[in-house]
Amino acid sequence: MTMLQVKGVSRFFGGLAALTDISFDVQKGEILALIGPNGAGKTTLFNVINGFYSPSKGDVFFKDKRISGLKPYRICRLGLARTFQVVKPLQRMSVLDNVLASAFLRLKGRGEAEEYALEILKFTALHDDRDVISKSLPLGKRKRLEIARALATKPDLLLLDESFAGLNPTELNESIGIIQKIKERGITIMIIEHHMKVIMSISDRIVVLNYGEKIAGGTPSEVGSNPLVIEAYLGEAQSA
Amino acid sequence: MKKYFPLFVLALLSVIPLLGLSTYMMHILILVIMWTVIGMAWNLLGGYCGQVSFGHAAFYGTGAYTAGILYYKLGLSAWWGIPASIAVVAILSLVVGFVCLRLRGPYFALGTLAIGVIMRVTAENLVDLTQGDLGILIQERTWVEKIWYYYIILLIAAVTFLVIKLVVESKLGYYFVAIREDQDAAESLGINTTLYKIVALCLSGVLTGVAGGFYTNYMGYIDPGVVFALHDISIVTIMVVMVGGVATYWGPAIGALIMVFLAEIIRSIPGLGAAHHTLFGILLIVIIIFLPNGIVGDIPKLKKIFRLGGVSP
Repeated sequence: MTMLQVKGVSRFFGGLAALTDISFDVQKGEILALIGPNGAGKTTLFNVINGFYSPSKGDVFFKDKRISGLKPYRICRLGLARTFQVVKPLQRMSVLDNVLASAFLRLKGRGEAEEYALEILKFTALHDDRDVISKSLPLGKRKRLEIARALATKPDLLLLDESFAGLNPTELNESIGIIQKIKERGITIMIIEHHMKVIMSISDRIVVLNYGEKIAGGTPSEVGSNPLVIEAYLGEAQSA
Repeated sequence: MKKYFPLFVLALLSVIPLLGLSTYMMHILILVIMWTVIGMAWNLLGGYCGQVSFGHAAFYGTGAYTAGILYYKLGLSAWWGIPASIAVVAILSLVVGFVCLRLRGPYFALGTLAIGVIMRVTAENLVDLTQGDLGILIQERTWVEKIWYYYIILLIAAVTFLVIKLVVESKLGYYFVAIREDQDAAESLGINTTLYKIVALCLSGVLTGVAGGFYTNYMGYIDPGVVFALHDISIVTIMVVMVGGVATYWGPAIGALIMVFLAEIIRSIPGLGAAHHTLFGILLIVIIIFLPNGIVGDIPKLKKIFRLGGVSP
């Protein structure tokens, strides 16, 4: 079953084409990675899928329903949640309250919402920090809080925007474990990531963007041996 | 113990009039409680939902005039103005929300500021309805003694407190705070931010309007310059909450107590009384610098200062 379908999506900001004619789909249950150099348009694409921007051209379908043009909260209710690259915790709320606020989307009663939020916190290994005010969390945990909060909305598709950036090796392994557990729950994942080790180990398929265009797509090994990708992405990374 | 604290305070406030205080003292206490209601109402929108309004006089004045006009034009008791103001102010809030809630942050504040002024000018000029600057006088006073007014405003305050506590601890309250902390994050968590901001505005406006309706009944006279005043209503509302403590249950009560007493004290100082707005301004600056979360919000900080016996922040 196709979870998400992006059909010929372009997005212009004035005269600048941030995305040009992007098409791909995400199958239910898989982990699809979105990679590309800085400024390739990855986060813009997430913003289009999640509803912060509407596409200038093309359409986005989620579970066979057209979602382009809908507001982010409507899209979230349909079962599509996201995290932010620049983390946006609800700063002056405790970790538990952050997750509780999003658990209320599906569970109206305070008791059941709180129970569910605590379960999510255990799942993401944040249970011990539940009473900490989120602005004082270290970055690694804030990134995890983003994931926890998105999970609490009970999504079918989860968009993760650089949830691994800036993590130390221990945190990295912890987060990889969590992503795999999320997949086991039957949640489809689309992930933006620069960390090649992570991408190669967890993703089923990869889509590569460069200058707003899709330059490649396929399994990790196919993409890894694609000369265009090496030139655009890995090549640039080496010279940097 | 903590759970029963509000009931304890309510019981304490209920017996105060039995102490045989002077009429003047009762008047001051009634004003304190009325300002507590307005502060709590503003706090719901400004403190919890993060939408800072500089125009709460619009709601207060509309509530007051609803009562005044019911009496003056329809010959009804001005007390009907309190239930009637709920409907009238709810409609006004929807209009204000429709116009102003498209704006974020400082622009919302400026939008509400303008609404407050527009309402005052409108009330001054709709002479057929409002009597303009002549104001409306309620000729028959319900009671001569202050004690009944005291119990009525205390009841209004208790209900307001309860409503706010229920809202803040429910889904609605979590959504308000989520919107305050990050509107984009809230939106992407499935929260219809526009809808919930309007809900916050309506609740806040209606509670403020009820206080306005009470004021008409209590004072027996209103005019646009008093009930739609920018400095004496809108700004003082913000000060009550800022001084007492933003997004706290008891902040507005503490703030109202301080602001009303301070205003009375300053006004009674010869030669200085006219400058009470200046002194309020200085107080606000001091609070923002030293106690940015207000007195209730910065209790830990205050304890520390007093224990050290110093004043260094």
